[in-house]
Amino acid sequence: MYQEVILDHYKHPHGRGLRDGDAEVHHVNPTCGDEITLRVRYDGDTIEDVSYEGQGCSISQASASVLNELLVGKELPEARRIQETFLELMQSKGQLEPDDSMEDLLEDAVAFAGVSKYPARVKCALLSWMAWKDATSKAFSGADASAQEPGEADSAKEKTT
Amino acid sequence: MTQLPGLLDTEAIRKDFPILDRLVHDGQKVVYLDNAATSQKPAQVLDALADYYEKHNANVHRGVHVLAEEATALYEGARDKVAAFINAPSRDEVIFTKNASESLNLVANMLGWADEPYRVERDTEIVITEMEHHSNIVPWQLLSQRTGAKLKWFGLTDEGRLDMAGIEELITERTKVVALTLVSNIMGTFNPVEEIVRRAQEVGALVVVDASQAAPHMVLDVQALQADFVAFTGHKMCGPTGIGVLWGRQELLNDLPPFLGGGEMIETVTMHSSTYAPAPHKFEAGTPPIAQAVGLGAAVDYLSAIGMDRIHQHEQALTEYAVRKLQEIPDLRIIGPATAEDRGATISFTLGDIHPHDVGQVLDEQGIAVRVGHHCARPVCLRYGIPATTRASFYLYSTPAEVDALADGLEHVRNFFA
Repeated sequence: MYQEVILDHYKHPHGRGLRDGDAEVHHVNPTCGDEITLRVRYDGDTIEDVSYEGQGCSISQASASVLNELLVGKELPEARRIQETFLELMQSKGQLEPDDSMEDLLEDAVAFAGVSKYPARVKCALLSWMAWKDATSKAFSGADASAQEPGEADSAKEKTT
Repeated sequence: MTQLPGLLDTEAIRKDFPILDRLVHDGQKVVYLDNAATSQKPAQVLDALADYYEKHNANVHRGVHVLAEEATALYEGARDKVAAFINAPSRDEVIFTKNASESLNLVANMLGWADEPYRVERDTEIVITEMEHHSNIVPWQLLSQRTGAKLKWFGLTDEGRLDMAGIEELITERTKVVALTLVSNIMGTFNPVEEIVRRAQEVGALVVVDASQAAPHMVLDVQALQADFVAFTGHKMCGPTGIGVLWGRQELLNDLPPFLGGGEMIETVTMHSSTYAPAPHKFEAGTPPIAQAVGLGAAVDYLSAIGMDRIHQHEQALTEYAVRKLQEIPDLRIIGPATAEDRGATISFTLGDIHPHDVGQVLDEQGIAVRVGHHCARPVCLRYGIPATTRASFYLYSTPAEVDALADGLEHVRNFFA
């Protein structure tokens, strides 16, 4: 399960550290104590940044790094497709053999296929992805009052009030 | 092979545990070092379970037919065995529950609904410790929230022991109950229960001891302990899951109200009110875990035949060896007592910056089973500023060779993530 790609992201994470965002969430994995604080920043539908800080095992940390590399710069519908495909892969219990189109879509995230065989570790791999999904819905609902910088979400909220 | 004074004949003992021959991951023999989570079961216990279901199964205390009488005799016989195992003055002081958590919740609820002088309420205090298992924290938090009683606790020293300095201010005239673990499930620490019982008795507070990590490993004598309640679970001491024990002093069990109502715990029932059976049945509503109690009885027989003092000696020798071996590993930090003194065979540690889940996973690839995480004792991790630990815990069938396998495995982990 510890593919070189995963170890590499773990030892040299992409985009780590918290930067300004439209919404922030804090997610924990109670079974092992992995924690992540994650912020998203949008320009319209484009993901400008996903920044994060956290502690946890190599799987959870590497997964956050892959997420950053994969999602920043993407349009939201495309990002959702990636997130859903990654979720499907992680819930496959090792039964899903990624095909070419999945590999093209998930890039480095395909390396986590082996993790799906270990039920105890699937949550580690999904932690940052669930946090991203949550932060995104917060950003677009404008529910996050503590956002660091008023972005699209807040201005959208202002328009409706 | 490493020979240490005080070791049991593990070669013979291991033959009783079929699972220890289990091969994992391409033919490696499992090295089971997760005994603080649950122990393995000897054939004697497995046979007792099968025998009960194959020959004697019936509900207890109800039928007049032969199977019902046999099942009742076996169930009540298990109570006798457990009573003798913990040196209880009376068999009627032994209540069967489903686990130690239920035992502790039962006490908390008895005290919440009790009359004076036991009643926990506003302006009274509950004292616990920072090294409790969640099962001895959360029931008291619930009781505190529901009654308005204040929850206080003993802090920990840097060496993983209870900070006894403020005991007089902590346990006061307002204290109704002091609940603490005899042996820490995460650090292995033995706690000075005697001193705490003495102080509690001075102020008239009840003492509840969580003996889940003690009963499997050493002589447990509830009379010597002088506590008012003692809780433990069967599955950590070679018994099946689904069976726990609450021992309580007779006069308390007579005075305190029942918690769960139902069949078995009553004397007479009308549509308006009921009267209750005497303890222990008063606290055993519904069909109890019969086969599991029988299995626990068999486990108690098994452990007693070997001798709890000899099991304790074996684990002491092994702990001394393991502490020494682990401390030779660079970057390894033991969380808890760093010597083998006044501690049990449960050792938690961190290994540099490598997350315990990664440690556990790479050890598993080598067939070594340890526990990783916060071990249901998250406040301990917070206290020492760590997210989690790796925990190796030994039992009567553990060997020095398994300690060596762990040490070698950890070296491999270090190289893997270097």
